Amino acid sequence: MSTANQAGAAVSQRWPRIGNRSKRVLPGFGLSLGISLLFISLILMLPLTGLVMEVSAMSFDQFWFVITDPRVVASYKVTALAALAASLFNGIFGLLLAWVLVRYEFPGKRLIDAVVDLPFALPTAVAGIVLATLFAENGWYGQWLSKLGIEVAFTPVGIVVAMAFTSLPFVVRTVQPVLEELAPEDEEAAVSLGASDGLVFRRVIFPALWPALLTGVALSFTRSLGEFGAVIFIAGNMPYVSEVTSLMIFVRLQEYDYAAASAIASVVLMVSLVMLFAITLWQARYLKRIEGR
Amino acid sequence: MTITVDGINKRFGKFQALNNVSLNIPEGKLTALLGPSGSGKTTLLRIIAGLESADSGRVSFSGKDVTKLHVRDRNIGFVFQHYALFRHMTVAQNIAFGLDSLPRKQRPSKAEIQKRVGELLEMIQLPHLANRFPAQLSGGQKQRVALARSIATQPKILLLDEPFGALDAKVRKDLRRWLRNLHDEFHFTSIFVTHDQEEALELSDQVAVMSQGNVEQVNEPTELYARPDSRFVFDFLGQVNVLSGDIKHGTLSQGSAWVTVPDIQHQGTAQLYLRPHEVRLATAPAAHANLPLRIEAVSLIGSEVRVELRPEGWASEGSDNIWEVGISHAEFNQQRPTRGDLRYAIPEVGHLFTGKDTQPATVNWDEAKLSPRIRLIN
Repeated sequence: MSTANQAGAAVSQRWPRIGNRSKRVLPGFGLSLGISLLFISLILMLPLTGLVMEVSAMSFDQFWFVITDPRVVASYKVTALAALAASLFNGIFGLLLAWVLVRYEFPGKRLIDAVVDLPFALPTAVAGIVLATLFAENGWYGQWLSKLGIEVAFTPVGIVVAMAFTSLPFVVRTVQPVLEELAPEDEEAAVSLGASDGLVFRRVIFPALWPALLTGVALSFTRSLGEFGAVIFIAGNMPYVSEVTSLMIFVRLQEYDYAAASAIASVVLMVSLVMLFAITLWQARYLKRIEGR
Repeated sequence: MTITVDGINKRFGKFQALNNVSLNIPEGKLTALLGPSGSGKTTLLRIIAGLESADSGRVSFSGKDVTKLHVRDRNIGFVFQHYALFRHMTVAQNIAFGLDSLPRKQRPSKAEIQKRVGELLEMIQLPHLANRFPAQLSGGQKQRVALARSIATQPKILLLDEPFGALDAKVRKDLRRWLRNLHDEFHFTSIFVTHDQEEALELSDQVAVMSQGNVEQVNEPTELYARPDSRFVFDFLGQVNVLSGDIKHGTLSQGSAWVTVPDIQHQGTAQLYLRPHEVRLATAPAAHANLPLRIEAVSLIGSEVRVELRPEGWASEGSDNIWEVGISHAEFNQQRPTRGDLRYAIPEVGHLFTGKDTQPATVNWDEAKLSPRIRLIN
């Protein structure tokens, strides 16, 4: 009896079963994981593989030549800087918006809460056209801004505006639940220990908030890197000045140069992936510390 | 520092949380605010701390009006039920928070803060955990850290909101003793909120019993237990057995149960309150009382044997309809009461509430005359 048990234990130790069936209480682990993996493969991995296949048909020299084309390199700079500016703006404004939505009660709060998601629901092209009309020199905003000597439409500033518009919900929606879960006692404890409001925010609220804020900003940034619809209408698309990378991909596609389009796309993809992984890893380490896992 | 609360009213929407509450907390004493949930005890504590503002009334510390003073300027230590430690800071950083937050002029040097934190860690007996994060501590350890954090800036007043509420029984007992020692050593004026009457009676110098936004009674624990001056306090502090009935010609009766109440002029409804130790059990009724009860359960754990009985032919007040009587282990061994036996409760001292009176009259049946047995208890 005991030897049989020991043998069994030894076997199960040597061959750990995937999912450890004997201990699982919730049914359907195998099925749900299988379906999830299938869909991830079909919807995410397969198209990405196609992209890589397309690129791998090129030689490295060809690839390098395409992705280091001066006009394309200029577009990287414009895109990255505009995305950075837009995501930083969203980091500040999105935090403020989330703060207001969580901390205060005011009439119309639910309406504003709903409106925050509008950039997700609105077709980006519509957003682009609306922004372009508003910020054009004779538009509602544009006519006032041009008096101040600020041009938005058809300049890189316009790109920032379009990117910020389409990616704002990322910040608000990642920060909001964390703010809601903050225990009021933490702030009360800090205040009872004599901390000023600024200090409470800096040393108690912000440390709890910033993993989420950083995630939101990173999501906003990566989304902005690939923004196309909203940007092209307002950007003016002048070579070397206000062309974004996704437009370069589009241009290559129109020239039926699929390989070049894929090569440029793969650069955007790599940057996005590296950013997301880096954030996830860093965040896991930070959260491990405060959650004690 | 004495704490004076004067005519505090507080309303949350339609709910009157505090109803014209006035209270004096003497300097250097440990006072318990005791009451069931919803009695307003936590709200009162938070108003004293300044975390909540009263609709009307005054709070003063040593005669100085602090009603309008912000929490951060009241210089109090506040301990929360769920610790409220800062999760992203180490134990040492948590304890240092109050000192770090002082305005630059009053802030001690870095080295001095470190030294102070070290001393506090020694005091809570956790110096080896200085660099851990709160998530890595047990509940008892967290509450010690929270206490150390709240007294780091040496406040004169320590306010604790159900400080042991989230801990298990054993840790709670240890921590209670430790808090008492801490209080005696540092001479705070402390107030702690609890719904646990045992905790309040054991730990405090003075207990304020609260109910429905009112302070019912304030007294020392022993006095409070011996002389509760309202039905609520009587009910809330410890187990109590109640015979509710009508008094006619000096006899309180209900159903088959009756008790003579000598020297009571009152006629009509009345309640007789009896503590478990004020009653003994006999196999036959006495000349002054006939209270038949059937034994429901016998519990041997503790210094006394606890017998639970169900009234036979009458009803006790309260939803569970149970009387509880404590007998000594010697008595138990002699009599061997078992479940289902019929017994008669013989009251020795009782407290009679008549009509709408809030003050009870003490009824003393002359023990020597009625029963030759000498009580061993006390």
